[in-house]
Amino acid sequence: MSQSMSQLGEQIKEIIESEPVSVFMKGTPQLVMCGNSDRALRALRAVGAPVTAVDVLPDPQIRHELSALSGWPTIPQVFIKGELIGGADIVDELYASGELQAKLDEALGTERESTERTVVLA
Amino acid sequence: MVVAATLERFLRNSFPDASALAVEDRTGGGDHFQVTVASGRFDGLTLVEQHRLVYEALAEPLADGSIHELRIKTRGIA
Repeated sequence: MSQSMSQLGEQIKEIIESEPVSVFMKGTPQLVMCGNSDRALRALRAVGAPVTAVDVLPDPQIRHELSALSGWPTIPQVFIKGELIGGADIVDELYASGELQAKLDEALGTERESTERTVVLA
Repeated sequence: MVVAATLERFLRNSFPDASALAVEDRTGGGDHFQVTVASGRFDGLTLVEQHRLVYEALAEPLADGSIHELRIKTRGIA
């Protein structure tokens, strides 16, 4: 039995708002299924971000609900403390300019642990 | 299949002041594009806001999902 749209939307919202860094991606950090999700993940790893990943591929509704919430049409989507940072291009650009590091330092402090975990929405 | 010239036309409409505007079909297959726009409309906006304007400008060609990847590079001109 699939969940109603609003329940899924609530789950997504909860992740975005409560996780320090959330990444909605195609695949998982262990098995990335898209070059752009890979680019975003690499940049986050390079700055030692604690990554909470959500795979959007198991259910098209995840992507639908996510984009309705964020107003962002593409995947991946990276959030730091509830704020949409952008997709792969922006995250890459902010990484190259040093701003990604600065944003994370400001939001999470410099003593952060670079953990990775995957949340499965079902 | 989408052609680069179509995307360029939509972008020109939305960013008539663009000092740089380019659309590259990265694979030649009409589904992976790199767009580059420099416009005064981006001045003072965050990158998220800038990219949102590009998505808005290209909403019509993006609507049917035939474009699989859109890489975006934007900058203001101030």
